Order: sequence, then structure tokens, then C-alpha cells
Amino acid sequence: MKAAEENVDPATPLLTVEDLQVEFDTYGGTVQAVRGVSFSVDQGQTLAIVGESGCGKSVTVQSIMGLIPTPPGRITAGSARLRGHQILGRSTVGGKEIRGAEIGMIFQDPMTSLNPTMTIGDQIAEPLQIHRGYSARDAFTEAIRLLELSKIPEATKRAQQYPFEFSGGMLQRAMIAMALSCKPSILIADEPTTALDVTIQAQILDLMQELQKETGMAIILITHDLGVVARMADEVAVMYAGKVVEYGSADDVFYRSAHPYTVGLKEAMPTNDPARQHELKPIDGSPPDLFAPPAGCGYCPRCPYAMQICSDRQPQDHNLRGHHSASCWLHHAQSDSRPETLFFKDTH
Amino acid sequence: MGDLIEARELTRFFDLGGNQRVHAVDKVSLSIGEREIVGLVGESGSGKSTFGKTLLGLHNKTDGEVIFRGETLPQKYRPADFQKLATKMQMIFQDPYSSLNPRMTVGEIIGEGLRLHFSLSPSDVKDQVVDWLEKVGLQADHMSRYPHEFSGGQRQRIGIARALILEPEFVVCDEPISALDVSVQAQVINLLGELKQTMGLTLLFIAHDLSMVRYVSDRMAVMYLGSLVELGKADEVYFNPKHPYTEVLIGSNPEPDPNLEKGRASTSIQGEIPSPVNVPSGCRFANRCPKVLDVCRGKTPELIPVKDEDRLVACHLVS
Repeated sequence: MKAAEENVDPATPLLTVEDLQVEFDTYGGTVQAVRGVSFSVDQGQTLAIVGESGCGKSVTVQSIMGLIPTPPGRITAGSARLRGHQILGRSTVGGKEIRGAEIGMIFQDPMTSLNPTMTIGDQIAEPLQIHRGYSARDAFTEAIRLLELSKIPEATKRAQQYPFEFSGGMLQRAMIAMALSCKPSILIADEPTTALDVTIQAQILDLMQELQKETGMAIILITHDLGVVARMADEVAVMYAGKVVEYGSADDVFYRSAHPYTVGLKEAMPTNDPARQHELKPIDGSPPDLFAPPAGCGYCPRCPYAMQICSDRQPQDHNLRGHHSASCWLHHAQSDSRPETLFFKDTH
Repeated sequence: MGDLIEARELTRFFDLGGNQRVHAVDKVSLSIGEREIVGLVGESGSGKSTFGKTLLGLHNKTDGEVIFRGETLPQKYRPADFQKLATKMQMIFQDPYSSLNPRMTVGEIIGEGLRLHFSLSPSDVKDQVVDWLEKVGLQADHMSRYPHEFSGGQRQRIGIARALILEPEFVVCDEPISALDVSVQAQVINLLGELKQTMGLTLLFIAHDLSMVRYVSDRMAVMYLGSLVELGKADEVYFNPKHPYTEVLIGSNPEPDPNLEKGRASTSIQGEIPSPVNVPSGCRFANRCPKVLDVCRGKTPELIPVKDEDRLVACHLVS
């Protein structure tokens, strides 16, 4: 593994995903769930992928993890490189398993993601035995240590209990312990706190940040909650209809929002900043049908700034400042309503 | 502004057998004025939904009473009571998937209340259903479709139309938006706001999204483990919480603003809401409270007014 690290350019990001495309065959036809997604994440960084249901955010990370059932699913194009090595469609990289060992994953609903017939300790010990060759006894001891690391009180007793004896917050901690057992370089968290109360959510987010500081792992956080994004993310990818429509640092995306969809999301939420109170402005309409994706921009029918070209042709990614980019015709050099005044208004 | 509905020491326990009881709602007193929106917040297991349902008579009252327009409602509803009160009080449910009968068309679902409670001709019922479909942003031809043909946001609108077609005076909304996407949440909230204006609705708005509750509500009530711990004007409670639990709850609410989030000290508290079966004596929040005093463990604090303020708080620190 050391050798693999040495022959890679140190400037290469930990994980780079380029032009990922995924489709699913269904009785109704083929759904193009992911239609060209690119992003990268570095060690110690948190990337948030944010978007509404059906935008393809979960499918994106499931493809990276090799969790897309094939058939009916199919990765039709694109690449995902871990330290420069292609991982799409493979199960190992540099002699190390990707799933579980290189990339750990936690899910939205810990109750249905754990095996109800195995004790928590055995479930955490399992990947250690499989990926790391631990003996059953050593693996269980390590499982208890991991539960302590995830701040589960009375870890020794808890390790011998079954999932039904845990609360939702405790189960999510156990999931984190399990995902981190093989010291992965990336933790993918798919809506990890959506099912939890805000107080427990705060505990879990704190725990994730703390463990990230200790281990230097990268986190890919999937969420629909802009509050959670603001709290956790260094980088943000906003997804809509199977594409990344805006990408940049958290500050870029929140304070210099460049895509009408990002602006729409912010306007649809209440703010508690007394200086920025506004009426809630819903985004009318609904996302496009991905059985027959539109020729132009997917957001066009709902976009208050839509132009003729938006419905005809797919917008390119326009680079704005640094690595901040938005896929929107408004940023094209020839657009007559270039949105300097509209979007670049620093709302802060 | 007179009170429309008042709960007096409303209590609902669930028997588990063997002398064990779930103290879901324990002596909660709350009055809601006409055309007022009261937001009810708290962690899951705090008894918010049970309170809402007991208020409407969907659960029998273990103790206490509910007074609606000066009339004390029965402890246990008989069918005739439901028949009488359904036109005055309604409920909008959280889950737009399980709360609509999959075997009924949308027209039947929305029109059922009218058919049961008013002697209207089928064409009158139909006219009103069409009218309401349009009011909630759906179309007349949706009438003959079934619930599975609609998205979550559309189903929630069907649920709203079903509850409001009887023009009730009081509606309990139990987490009406938590199953919906952000852009759709705003549609539903704005719709409720409009209907409040045009129909003079009074709402109990149960939710766990604190920012949304602050935005929607006139007053905010905070529940913890079956009892009310704080009640006051929504903005005041949110920006200046008095009860340590409210403080923790609001401190845990992430704001969509990176600078604010990064500058904020971690306010998360240890531990989780205890089981409502073995309710601790004294203040129920004492074992998690960052500001706990000796007195808290022995003596239960009363919900009493804060001096010179329009606020009720149940905490020894405040009184």
C-alpha cells in the first residue's frame, strides 16, 4: 500500500469522480439517474452533496462504492479514481478492498442497515476479521474500543446487545464505529442524521468532525439539509436532475450562489438571521422526468431567469472564481442578463 | 382575542400492564386563541403528537379536560361526539403515504367528510371538491385518480384539502412538512398561511424543524418528556430561550449559514431523552441539564410566568 502511495503525484486529490453516468432499466423504460457528475475530495476535507429527492445523490455514491445492482443498474460512462487508481467496477485497489476497507459508509436508517440477529459487537468485528485478518477475540476487543471511540457509554456491555436494544442515535454511533473499523480513507455518510432529532444530530455531527480531525479521513456527506451543509462542509456540490449544477467552497455556494436552483433553495427556507427575513418563495413545478431527460437545462421549466437557449441546449460548466463553477447559461459571455447584480450580491 | 380551545392539565398515559405506564402527556395546560398559530416543538418521544391527538379526542383523556368555545368536551368520545366535532376540528397527518386510503379516489377522499356531515347532492359535493383541489394547487381532473399517482407534496395537499373542506375552526397539523423536500415545504407552508388568512383558521403546528416553526407560529410551546417547559411568542422563545432545554434545542438547530455555524461553539448535550415509563422525580430534564441545581432533582418546577414578560417557563433557575 505504501508503494501505491509513493508513485502517485501528491497533488492528485484523494478521490476524483469524472463525468459519472448511471442508468437503470425499469418496466417504464430507462431512467438516467446520474447524467454526468464530477467532483473531487481531498484528505481531511468534507464534501457535501446536496439536492432534493430523486436528484441522483445517493446513486452517485453507491456507484463509487460498487453498490449499484447490475442489472437493472448500469454505469455507462465516467471514472472514479482513488489516489489515481480507477475504482469503478472493481472491488480492490492496490491489494486492498475498496468497500469497507478504503471507503466506509453509513446510511440514513441505522435500524434497517444493521443485522437484527447479530450483536452490535459481532457486527463491528466482522469487517475486521474479513479485511484485516483479526482473530474473533481480537476483533471483538477492537469493536469495544471502537464503540468507546464513538462515545457509546458502557461499551463492553453494549457490544453484547442487539440493535433493538439501541436508540436511533446510539445505532448511528455503532454504524460509525463499524464504518471506521478498518480505518478507511473516505467515509461516505448518506443522510446520516435525517432520521434523528436535532439534539442527537448535533452529537453525531460533532462526533464525525472529531473523528475526522483524529484520522484525517475525507467525508462525503449526502444531505438535503442546508443547515447541516453549512455546519459540516468545506466543499459543496449542488445536484439537480442527475447533474451537479453548482460546485464550490461552502462560502461560494452560500454567499455567492451562482445557480438559480441554489438561490431558489435558499429562498424556499426560512432564515433566523433578523437582517435577512424574507417570505418563503417555493420553487414551483417539479423536477424533469429522467426517463426522457430534457435537451436543455433540467431546471429551465422552473427557473425564473430562463432564456430561449436554456430549453434548447445543455449549459456548460462556467468557471467563476477559483474552482467555483455553475452549469448555467446566465454565466455565458454572450448572455445579455449576466447575473453580476443578481447572484454575486454577497448576501452577507 | 378569545381562547378557542383550551387544554387544562391534559393527561394521557398508556398502560403497559404490570403497573407500568407511559407518561406520554402529563398535565399539559395550553390555550390557543382564535386565529392563532401555536407551534409545538420537542424531541421525538416528548409527547407532541399524543398531545395533539388527545386534544382532538383521537386518544381518550386519562385526566384533565379540553374546553372548546367554553364547552367542556367529553372525556371519551362516542361516535356522536366525533360526528358533531369533526366539522369543527380536523387533523393533518405527517405521513402523506399512509394517511390516505389507497382504494379511494382523491375525489372520494376529499369529499367523504361532506357526504357524512352535510346533506348535499352529489353534484354539490363534486363542486366543492373541485373548488378545494384548485385551492390547494391541484387540478379538477385529479379527482378520479388514486393516491399512488401523486407525489409526496401533492398527497400532502390532498390531506390538507380533506381536513379543510369541512371548514373547521381548529386544525392540528402533525409534522405536515417533514416528509417533503425543501421547495415543496415552502409551497405547503404558504398554502396554510393563505388559508389562515382567508378562513380564519386556528392551528396547532407540531414540528421538529425549529426554523420553520418560528417562521409559521405566533407562539411557540416546547415539550419535554410529556410536560410543557416553555411557552411564549415564537420569536422571543427562539432568540431568547429561558429554559435550558429550549436553549439546547435551539443551539442544536443548524442554520444555513457557514459563517454562523463555524463561529458557534458546540452546544450539543450528552445523553438522550429518558424513557417516559420511569419518569424521574423532580425536573424531568435534570439528568441532562447543563445548568442543573440540587433543588432540580427533588422538586418539580411549575410552569409559571416570567416577571415582566409574556412567557411561561418551568425551571427553578428562572423562578
